Amino acid sequence: MIELLVEMFSYDFLVRAVIVGFLVSICASLLGVSLVLKRYSMIGDGLSHVGFGSLAIASAFNLAPLAVSIPVVVLSAFLLLRVSENSKIKGDASIALMSTSAMAIGVIVISMTKGLTIDVCNYLFGSILAMTISDVYLSAVLSVLIVIAYIVFYNKIFAVTFDENFSRAVGLGAQRYNTLIAVLTAVTISLGMRMMGALLISSLIIFPALTSMRICKTFKSVIISSVLISSVCFFIGVIISYLYATPTGASIVGANIIMFLIFCLADVLSRREK
Amino acid sequence: MVIIKSQNVSFAYGQNIVLKDVNFELSAADYLCIVGGNGSGKSTLLKGLLNLKKPLEGEIVFSGGLDRADIGYIPQQNVIQKTFPASVYEIVSSGRLNKMGLRPFYNRKDKKIIDKNLQILGIEQLKRKSFSELSGGQQQKVLLARALCSTGKLLILDEPDNSLDPSATESLYEVLKTINGAGIAIIIVSHNVENALSNARKVLHLENKQVFFGDVEDYLKTDIARSFIKGGQND
Repeated sequence: MIELLVEMFSYDFLVRAVIVGFLVSICASLLGVSLVLKRYSMIGDGLSHVGFGSLAIASAFNLAPLAVSIPVVVLSAFLLLRVSENSKIKGDASIALMSTSAMAIGVIVISMTKGLTIDVCNYLFGSILAMTISDVYLSAVLSVLIVIAYIVFYNKIFAVTFDENFSRAVGLGAQRYNTLIAVLTAVTISLGMRMMGALLISSLIIFPALTSMRICKTFKSVIISSVLISSVCFFIGVIISYLYATPTGASIVGANIIMFLIFCLADVLSRREK
Repeated sequence: MVIIKSQNVSFAYGQNIVLKDVNFELSAADYLCIVGGNGSGKSTLLKGLLNLKKPLEGEIVFSGGLDRADIGYIPQQNVIQKTFPASVYEIVSSGRLNKMGLRPFYNRKDKKIIDKNLQILGIEQLKRKSFSELSGGQQQKVLLARALCSTGKLLILDEPDNSLDPSATESLYEVLKTINGAGIAIIIVSHNVENALSNARKVLHLENKQVFFGDVEDYLKTDIARSFIKGGQND
């Protein structure tokens, strides 16, 4: 096992991917708890498709991928929140509208410029090789900032997640924290989708939270266990991917699925004992 | 000392006026019960008081040192909360947040106030429990403790006794009486008219407009009250 790890980490690209992946997994699991509890899981999915569209455009015009996708995805997150609050198109419909539109535009742009090549496949399902050194630095800095922001606003994020009406009524500025959650989510998705792929990144957000909630009954324990589960599943996924040459993103999701089932089983068993 | 004054206030959703010409005053340590049929504008008025909805006309004035950060609010429970993973202590603590400004974490003074309010409601022994595992009455007490953490002056309750059994309802009103006795004004909306009236001092009856505002004793002598309370019993 140790030999395997030493061998793996002798590859620079793998070290880079593991550092970024680990940080992004933590961010995703933190934000996932609020998103799942607020019934916003689909926002993660919608934003990742917008991320795909923006990556496609960035690659068509030879622009730096993260520099294009982060602002575009953050902007879409703003729009989604505003739209789902006060318009005739209701939340889930507006997400579906936005994600399919972004997907379609992305595919059109790619096919017109480079043709549907291996690139598209990488965007959709992720590639561990996609990270350049500058990507790694930017991702690491942003992920650390996300974690810090989450810790600083932890209590307020809890209050807004648990009871938005109360928070608004007592003048806590619920809107501000909803926006904060959306922006942090947007950045996390932009960072994570290179590795996980547009189709799989939202699993990084929802799985750890759902898995934790099977067993944990307080907010803090759900948060801590989500972070642990997410990190463990990430490492298991990367190792499986290295050993069996499976796609990294899908392997991580696979680890998450198994973890979820184990927690479900534990939940059922503990109920039966009572 | 008057802390809230509502002057000719009207509310509308779109073109639809749901409540008009509401005039009432609330003094410090008052106990006001808002009654009325379904869709009579009670919840809308609460939203106005909480600044969640702007009046179409008129204004609601806070005075006597009452500030937004001094209001404790108990919303109608939503579905999400019933299965939400949160401990009692986490929820009660969150009542302090509106007093904290930019400070991110609770300090010693916050913790003292949190503990005191857990004590007032007699739920200290539940503080490590998960909210989702409590009974309806216990959940309501947790939300009440949270509201107390965010106020020293005014508590607003939106149908707090909606899903409670009679004994839990009774203990809720007991607690409200104690809180009111400690000098905190209470505004309560309730379908449980008799219970609410027997505890409140003032009453505001709405039927899309103001039908009555005054002392409970005077209200009970009116024909409006007689027919309303009788109607309620026939439900």
